[in-house]
This record gives sequence, structure tokens and C-alpha cells, in this order.
Amino acid sequence: MTVLIPEDTRLLVQGLGRDGSFQTQRVVEYGTNMVAAVHPNRAGTTFMDTAPYFDTVQQAVHETKANVGLIFVPAPFAMDAILEQADAGIAVIVCISEGVPVQDMMKVKARLSDSSSRLLGPNCPGLIHPRTRNKIGIIPGAFVSEGNIGVVSRSGTLTYEAVAQLGSKKLGQSTCVGIGGDPIHGTSFTDVLSEFQDDRETEAIVLIGEIGGTREQQAAQFIKDHVTKPVVATIAGQTAPPGKRMGHAGAIVTGVAAQASEKNKALEQAGATVVESPAYIGDAMASIIA
Amino acid sequence: MDIHEYQAKDIFARYGIPALPGKVAETAGQAELAATELGTPVVVKAQVHAGGRGKAGGVKLADSPSEAGRIAGDMLGSTIVTHQTGPAGVPVEKVLITPAADIAHEFYLSIVVDGDVGAPVVIATREGGIDIEQVAQDNPDAIIRTPGDPFLGLLPYKARDIALALQLPQNLTRSATALISNAYRLFTENDCSLVEINPLIVTEQGDLLALDAKVAFEEDALFRHPELADLRDPNQMNPQERAASEYGLAYVKLDGGRVGCMVNGAGLAMATMDITKWAGAAPANFLDIGGSADQERIEQAFRIVVSDDDVDIILVNLFAGIARSDIVAQGIIKAATELGVHTPIVAAMRGTNAEAGSKLLRESHLDVTPAPDLSGAAQILRDKLALIQ
Repeated sequence: MTVLIPEDTRLLVQGLGRDGSFQTQRVVEYGTNMVAAVHPNRAGTTFMDTAPYFDTVQQAVHETKANVGLIFVPAPFAMDAILEQADAGIAVIVCISEGVPVQDMMKVKARLSDSSSRLLGPNCPGLIHPRTRNKIGIIPGAFVSEGNIGVVSRSGTLTYEAVAQLGSKKLGQSTCVGIGGDPIHGTSFTDVLSEFQDDRETEAIVLIGEIGGTREQQAAQFIKDHVTKPVVATIAGQTAPPGKRMGHAGAIVTGVAAQASEKNKALEQAGATVVESPAYIGDAMASIIA
Repeated sequence: MDIHEYQAKDIFARYGIPALPGKVAETAGQAELAATELGTPVVVKAQVHAGGRGKAGGVKLADSPSEAGRIAGDMLGSTIVTHQTGPAGVPVEKVLITPAADIAHEFYLSIVVDGDVGAPVVIATREGGIDIEQVAQDNPDAIIRTPGDPFLGLLPYKARDIALALQLPQNLTRSATALISNAYRLFTENDCSLVEINPLIVTEQGDLLALDAKVAFEEDALFRHPELADLRDPNQMNPQERAASEYGLAYVKLDGGRVGCMVNGAGLAMATMDITKWAGAAPANFLDIGGSADQERIEQAFRIVVSDDDVDIILVNLFAGIARSDIVAQGIIKAATELGVHTPIVAAMRGTNAEAGSKLLRESHLDVTPAPDLSGAAQILRDKLALIQ
């Protein structure tokens, strides 16, 4: 089995502007089975001589049986693209777009709760599955190698950091997933941890959290209750000055729980190996696995 | 995007949220005149984008128009330093003059986004007028949290529940319900990140009033509200933060550091901040150059970092996914050349086109030390800073 995506992934990409096209070329070069492209005014042509362009997601799904969607559209149009893909029956929707208005995401989240589609992101690097050569997003394929470590992170660049760390210790990855840095997002730490726990390819897990919110505490609770595989965890932003970015009333929503120290404590109590910087993930995992 | 109290109260008026009349003054003379027209005693309130201004001397009572003028004269042109501003403080360029209110009871009301619930949440407590974080810590049960719905908004019965839970005088339940509903509508219709009334008061005369007003808008949704752009006051930001916001760069000035940081991705920028600090090479700033950074943005980012006098050395830490290392390198070289800057640079470049980027930097005339990775960069920074000292 594969984590989050179907084994027979048939990828549709929506939003092929300058950056979207550049990244989608990497997606195809990595080996992902891209079957359709959706972009205005390009129907009748093909992307990289492989995927035909369609005007709408509905048409693309009808013609190509696409089951996974990747979104690069500008943030103001992300809500529309996500719900268009959900309405067309796309099973897994990965939204890379950064800067989606929070109120749009509230509506998306409420709509998707009644849908069978699963959303990853927005403002995320997507996921990569080296064994099946599926790259649904922007995680650089050159750093990733096939193996048994599952990686899940709120941050894109720290996902790459973790992968590079593991690679330097000759530890390959089963699946790497970036869940995104926005306050309201689709797939959560807990969702991914649950899949990693059930995934036969995954033997150990790396979890990279950040200050703010309480998702790391929820992840810790889930690890405590359900995860038997070893977990190495780290929280970024331990030296962030208090009050910055977390506005006056924003801090009350989570209180002290938003601090790195509280998250570290929760993860340690759940049995995870907590390292003080993502720079030490490789060493910590190597000593556990060896 | 933060706005001033007087601007927030203008918006309150449009949404039927009652507040005391007020007049904005930019000179002592205007303040004195305003106090005469409003009738003393009045309160002189510094208009700054920072919480905690009361404790910092930014809110003062005046018994006569001449006293109001004198207080305003002292405040205008000064800077206010609070726990939210950093040591440089924020400048006072306007004051708001309002009549002094006879306060019978102070409440707290705010609306923020609750990421876990996926909806705006109304936060209210009878313990108003003080630090809400303190209430949350000392007496969390005193806080009423009521989420709205992304499609239905805040249903009237929920607003009424909040009003009742605040135990207001019975004859105020209806106006409080309306006030809460209107504040919620203001929040959603304008894509706010914060609407806060602290304190919300009941006067001795039995009126319900917003004594203070704080409204912030979500930057990512400002494209839907072009009319709000005029409310921005760039003078409330430090020069680096102001320049960063113009180019959509996430920049935070950090006190006491000497390492100017340019990093891609908020997570990596935070991890970089952590590890450099622990290595004894404290960062002077947090800067996320963003995902799809083009060359012009990189040039601007570099200009912003070197314009900070605290910066003795620059750390470029790049793990390129969407970003391209060669474009980042080109931007840095161009900006450094144009500015004639010789500040030493430590650069760790990995990811998309990393080799091309490293090569460009290596072969440039700049003082660049390559670093293998995050922890390697921290060690190099510490050694180099020791030499610069």
C-alpha cells in the first residue's frame, strides 16, 4: 500500500503558469503518472507531450480517470480549484498555493467534511513516494531515496532538511508528507501518523512541528494511544520572541500550549525521541534504527 | 494589517457598534480645541499599533482643555515602548481625544480565527480591561468561547447566549446581542484577523460602549478589499519591516543579534534562528524570502537585511524546492554589487539548482564562505563572529 495516495496514481495538475509549469516538469521527470492538465485556453494541446490539456476538471476526470489532483493556481483562486476537484470526484487533492485567505479555507474545510475527497495543504510541499516514483508536489526528488522512514512536517523546507539528514545516514524514506503551515488545512499530523502506523513500508517516523496552535499536542496524544513505531520529533521556533506574530488575542486561543517547550514536553511524554533542532534528526534516527 | 483605534472606531460606527464620540488631533492646539468641543474631562489616547500603551503612558486623563493640549503636546512626536514594540518603540503622530466615561463594569470581547475549529470564534469574559492572556492563564473558566459557522455566521441565539453569559443588566441583553452580531459581521465581511473590544463597558448611566477598538485585517485577503489599503500606516513599522511588507517578505527584527538571515521557508527560517542562537551567533532578524522568490525580491531582501546596522555577517540558508538557488545567488550578487556592500556571507545552498547557485557565489567578488548544512553554517558563523569582534 501507499500512504495517502492510491497505488495506481493518475495525476491531474491544475494551474500551469510559470512556477506551476516549472514544478510540474519536475513531477513528470520524477516518474509520476500525469494524465491531465487543466488551464484556461489550452484545450487541444498537451503538457510536455504527455498530458492533454482540458478546460475543466470535470472533463479531465471524465476523459482520463484522474484520481489525484495537484493545484498551483494563484491563492485567490485556490478555493474554487479545490472544490472543483472535489466535485469532480478527485480522491486526493494536494494544494501547493500559498496565501489562501483563511475564510476561504474555512468554507473549503466545511464542504470537504461531507465529501469523500481528502485535501493536503494548502501552503504545503505535497508528498513524495520514492518506491512508486510518485511526486505530488515540489519536494526535490534528488534528495529522496527509497526506504522505511516516514516523514511528516508542517514546513516545506524542513521536510527537505529532514530528508537530507536521513539521506546522509543512508536512511531512505517510505513517504514524505508536508501538511502545510496554514492555520486551517486539510490532512493533519494525526491523519498521516495513522497512515504511517498502518503502512507496512514504514518502520519509523520523523515528525517536524512548529510553534503556534496545538496540533503537535494532538499528534502527541495520538502517538501515545496508537503509534507503536519509533518517532523522532522536533519543534522549530524554540527561540522565537513571545508576542511576535501571535497577536494579542491570537495568543489566548492556545495559551501556553503554543510554546515549543509545551509541545516538546507532550511529545516526550508520548514516547517520542525529541531533538532540539531539525539538524539532529539524522543522528537521532540512526541511533534508534541501528 | 493593523490599523489605529480611531480608524477601527470609524468602522465600528458603520457596523452600529456604539463608542464614545472622538476627535483626532495631530497638534497640541487641535487637541485643546477637541477637548473644548467634547467637554472635559477627556482622555488623550496615543494612536499606535501596539498593545500595552496604557502602561507605557499612552493613555492619560485631562481635566481641562489646556491640560489636554499639554498632554497631547508631550505625546505627539514621542515614541511609545511596550512589550509588543521592541526597544525602538513606535512613533506617536496622532492622538484620539474622547470624553472620559463613568465605568460601572468592564468586559472583554474579541473575535479571532480558531484553526482547530475551522471558524471564527467569539471570546468573551466579564473580566475585561486587563491583560486577556493573564485571565486565560489564571482563570480559564471565566472565558466564554463561542465558534461561528463559515456559512451561517454567528446565529442570533449564539450571540444572545454570549450576552447572557456575560451577566449584563437585563435591559442590555438585546443591545449586547446586536453588538456581538455586528462585530462578528464586521470580522467576516472584511476578512479580519482580529476584532477586539477591551474594554467593552457598561457606564454608570447604563450605556453599553466600546471604550477601545482594535481591528486587524488578514494580509492574504486584502485583494478583496482595496478600499482598506488607505488605512495602512507604514510609519508604525520599523524601516526594515516596512520595506519587507512592500515586497511581501516575512521579516521580523530580532533584538540583540548580529547575523542577518536570509532563509527560504518559515520553518527553515525558524530552525535557522534556533540553531544559530544556540551556537552563540544570535540572529538579527527572521526573514523568509518565500517560495517562488524572483530575482527582484531577493535583491530587496538582501537590501533589507544589510540596511540593519546590527548586521555584521549574513547567513544565506537555502533549501530550494520552488525557489531556485541560481536566481537567489544572482539577486544577492546584483544587490551587493550595486550597494557596494562587503559584509561577509556564509551560504548554505541545497535543493533546486544548488550547485549552480553556489558556483555563482563562489566565483563572484563577494566574501562568501560556503557551508555544508544548517549545523555547519552555525559553527562557521560563531568562528567568524569571534574574529569580527
